[in-house]
Amino acid sequence: MISGKALKFGDNVDTDVIIPGKYLVLTLNPDELAKHAMEGLDPNFAEKAKGGVILVARKNFGCGSSREEAPWALKHAGVKCVLAESFARIFYRNATNIGLPVLECPGVSEKVEEGDELVVDLKAGRVENRSKNIVLQATKLPDFILEILDDGGLIEHLKREMKSK
Amino acid sequence: MNITEKILARASGKTEVEPGEIVEASVDVAMVHDLTGPLTVKEFRKIGVGKVWDNQRIVIIFDHLVPANSVRSAELHKFMREFAKEQNITNFYDIGRGGICHQVLPEKGHVRPGELVVGTDSHTCTHGAFGAFATGIGATDMSAVFATGKLWFKVPSSIKVNVTGKFQNFVTPKDLILNIIGKIRADGSTYKGLEFSGPTVRNISIDGRMTMCNIAVEMGAKNGIIAPDEATLKYVKSRTKVPFKPVKSDPDATYEKTVNVDVTDMEPQVACPSSVDNVKPISEIGEVEVNQAFLGSCTNGRLEDLRIAAKILDGKKVKDGVRMVIIPASQEIYMQALRENLFETFLNAGAMVSNPTCGPCLGIHLGILAPGEVCISSSNRNFIGRMGSPKASVYLGSPATVAASAVTGRITDPRSMEA
Repeated sequence: MISGKALKFGDNVDTDVIIPGKYLVLTLNPDELAKHAMEGLDPNFAEKAKGGVILVARKNFGCGSSREEAPWALKHAGVKCVLAESFARIFYRNATNIGLPVLECPGVSEKVEEGDELVVDLKAGRVENRSKNIVLQATKLPDFILEILDDGGLIEHLKREMKSK
Repeated sequence: MNITEKILARASGKTEVEPGEIVEASVDVAMVHDLTGPLTVKEFRKIGVGKVWDNQRIVIIFDHLVPANSVRSAELHKFMREFAKEQNITNFYDIGRGGICHQVLPEKGHVRPGELVVGTDSHTCTHGAFGAFATGIGATDMSAVFATGKLWFKVPSSIKVNVTGKFQNFVTPKDLILNIIGKIRADGSTYKGLEFSGPTVRNISIDGRMTMCNIAVEMGAKNGIIAPDEATLKYVKSRTKVPFKPVKSDPDATYEKTVNVDVTDMEPQVACPSSVDNVKPISEIGEVEVNQAFLGSCTNGRLEDLRIAAKILDGKKVKDGVRMVIIPASQEIYMQALRENLFETFLNAGAMVSNPTCGPCLGIHLGILAPGEVCISSSNRNFIGRMGSPKASVYLGSPATVAASAVTGRITDPRSMEA
């Protein structure tokens, strides 16, 4: 179970606002990247995300560049999970691969307000909004994605698979 | 099956695949550049296999930070040079040896019809112009490819874009693709393939086809693709001796939908801030003054783009108070432009010409915008902060529109410059 307060964003949140290009030279230092996460939309994001939050967005979250620094910056800033109406595909894969769970959750942008307390059950694809006493059903993750997330990301997953072969 | 399905079937050792199916496919070519390579290598090291799966199928191209603009950039370059040496990766295009990755990859013969190309850059979809399945991936996915040569894919459903009609003078494939994104929207092709076809596409040059496929990702597409024809085969065969098997969509191939576009009456198109799908015909954007005009990038830094700009700039001056930055996409294009005296035209007009690099497009290096400034750009993204300050604005247009706007100092229909 993942729990945290919601921070809300709109449509088409692109990777250039998640982590602007000028910081990509920090690529090998995710904690440094994290200081600049979402800077383009909210200069105080890093402060707000500290201690763990759940991002809630509308459609096409993470569109744009293939920069994996985008999910790395969010994860190290304290984002535990991203819920959106839909995701851009490269961001979706990247987030899963680094062990940051992302769930497509129809209606989430309307049924959740900034600051609501959320509890996410990844396996069941269930999102509970404790502040509003409602439960939303997200698109369930396929088993192999759950396995990658359980292992903490693709690298650990691959290592485990290679060992068992 | 359509062309995308055929390539994914072949790459995963199957005779048939269908949309939604998850396949494990063998990668033919894996490309990283100077900005995404280091994280790929960092993750690759964690897997602990020691050697890459195939040093001949990996291509490393420096383009984002070229030449190094800071100690950090120089360190990333050094890190990648050492990795290339250690793994004996000879398809390595260092500073001065290549240019922008999506231009260099086909130029140097690494893109072949029917093959599966992945790159740690979202605009890897450009290579669909050669009838390859090409898509952008992240660093961790690429580290898995470096280790195993394989990657999982969900076979996408595809949208067919059928293009007819004849372009007006100074209306280009860039205008066509901007028009298409205005119709399909920024998320209209998410997880899907985009296949461009129709008589007009057949008449578009290789340069123009690359521009079209390059922007597929701005609609969320997994890949953009154009079936190979005589022009494709001529280009590819002049670049590589490696044998390949071109494939095309079957006549009864299925598509999720077909979008029809007629270019006959199409005006030049402009994507207004701050979303690539905020597209308007140029007659509807009103008076927009510009501070910078940028011609270059993996979208529009090719020879054809430089030629059309030179045609417009010939004997004219970039307006006082406007700076024009021109960046050929590769060393080869640079050399050819030099031979054709295009640089003389640019320099006489008061434009500046830089070495091949991504430049202002991603706001790290060269031509960064100050708050309140406006740029008309031939590149592919106008997101907030993309070219520097989050308070700057970027408009996207064709090379012809960029050149015409540099002359007048406001976004200008290039058709008005016709002699």
